[in-house]
Amino acid sequence: MAELRRTALYDLHLELCARMVPFAGWEMPVQFRLGVMKEHLHTRAAAGLFDVSHMGQVILRPRSGYMAEAAAALEALMPVDVLGLAEGRQRYGFFTNDDGGIIDDLMFARRADHFLLVVNAARREVDLALLKGALEDRCTVEEVPNRALLALQGPAAEAALTRIVPQVSAMRFMDAGVFHIPGADLWISRSGYTGEDGFEISVPEAEAVSFARRLLEMEEVEPIGLGARDSLRLEAGLCLYGNEIDEATSPVEAGLVWAIPKVRRRGGAREGGFPGAARILRELEEGPARRLVGLLPEGRAPMRAHTPLFASEEGGDAIGEVTSGAFGPSVERPVAMGYVTTGNDREGTAIFGEVRGRRLPARVARLPFFPHRYKR
Amino acid sequence: MAVSETKYTEEHEWLRPEDDGVVVVGITEYAAEQLGDIVYVELPEEGTTVTKGDEIVVIESVKAASDIVAPVDGEIVEVNEALADNPGLVNEDPLGDGWFFKIKPSDMSQLDEYMDEDAYKEMIS
Repeated sequence: MAELRRTALYDLHLELCARMVPFAGWEMPVQFRLGVMKEHLHTRAAAGLFDVSHMGQVILRPRSGYMAEAAAALEALMPVDVLGLAEGRQRYGFFTNDDGGIIDDLMFARRADHFLLVVNAARREVDLALLKGALEDRCTVEEVPNRALLALQGPAAEAALTRIVPQVSAMRFMDAGVFHIPGADLWISRSGYTGEDGFEISVPEAEAVSFARRLLEMEEVEPIGLGARDSLRLEAGLCLYGNEIDEATSPVEAGLVWAIPKVRRRGGAREGGFPGAARILRELEEGPARRLVGLLPEGRAPMRAHTPLFASEEGGDAIGEVTSGAFGPSVERPVAMGYVTTGNDREGTAIFGEVRGRRLPARVARLPFFPHRYKR
Repeated sequence: MAVSETKYTEEHEWLRPEDDGVVVVGITEYAAEQLGDIVYVELPEEGTTVTKGDEIVVIESVKAASDIVAPVDGEIVEVNEALADNPGLVNEDPLGDGWFFKIKPSDMSQLDEYMDEDAYKEMIS
């Protein structure tokens, strides 16, 4: 087995008594001293600092120097609006395959002369191969070396970060910019994966530990592990690659239609022109055969990923399965997401999840379970 | 039979014999710490007759589900109802308020094979 990679903050994690686990080829902290539940609640109450350096940072630069060329090239891989993205702004997108499945989901920011992409750790090699194969005639594709990636999330994130970078208070949700502090340039976007206001900060590896320490010394900020990152994103109704979305799920099934603008849909000025357009455009008009829904189990027993779902308490074939499920510390009850066949996806529909041989009741619920608190 | 000391299993259960021939069962601090925050505990029904090795308790932590097996043959005479509303008791007080069930063993000598406190500490060290 290949050696696990370590981030620039590895030694700091150990110093902070992290419990380290293998994750997507990296050795990452799953929890710190507080434990998953308190880390989750702390992030929603104050501010949590996450090491997300395992994610891939990729720069896409047009060979011609014209950003519109890079934007057009990127649009050919995703059913989203790249050409319309203004400099200094970031957007959510997903690479699709010829069957309309999702190769990866990502954030991309338009900067002066290039795009900065942030992709999932487990998919970085696949993404790099895709980008190089599809775009290298028009763009250079370069994985950013030697930069850590941190996320500072929660209602106190702005107050904390402004002590180091005062200008970030002027940013709004999905703004992205470069900020200089002594010894480092920081690439900051106002975004995250918790449903909270917050920032994602790319920092040179050599400066990462001292930057993290400055934040952790602040009263509001606690280190948070991958365990709470997962329960936070689940309460926020955000998809996790490999759980809710993969090469077999379409963005329409996954409820990501909000990211597909009119201009790329049927009748739009830049209709189609991305892999899997036939299926995705058809599903947009006719509806998909199954949909991702929120699920609220009625008891206290969590319904974990792969729990089979049924329309009735006895008999019948499965109508889908849970993709993510856990106890939601902020909503104080178990929550889950999963796919159900169309017709069983209306809010309030009673369904049953089979846990340890018994069918337990649940209801289809609106996502997110916990309201987003972005600063728009 | 004389009341004996608390015993420990390799599955990190503690078994505490009481005066009335009943044994209280819970999990150790080490196990509670390893499991992380516990969010749900499914207990057997009182009056159930169980066989050593039966999976009779399900513990769901923030991370995963795990089973607790019956450490001896016997009858479940009481379960800790407080865990239904407050499963976090297992983390807060695993050796006290976070107990799981009381079992009346059909053969008290089945306890003899389990570790004493020193042997258990040795195992987890």
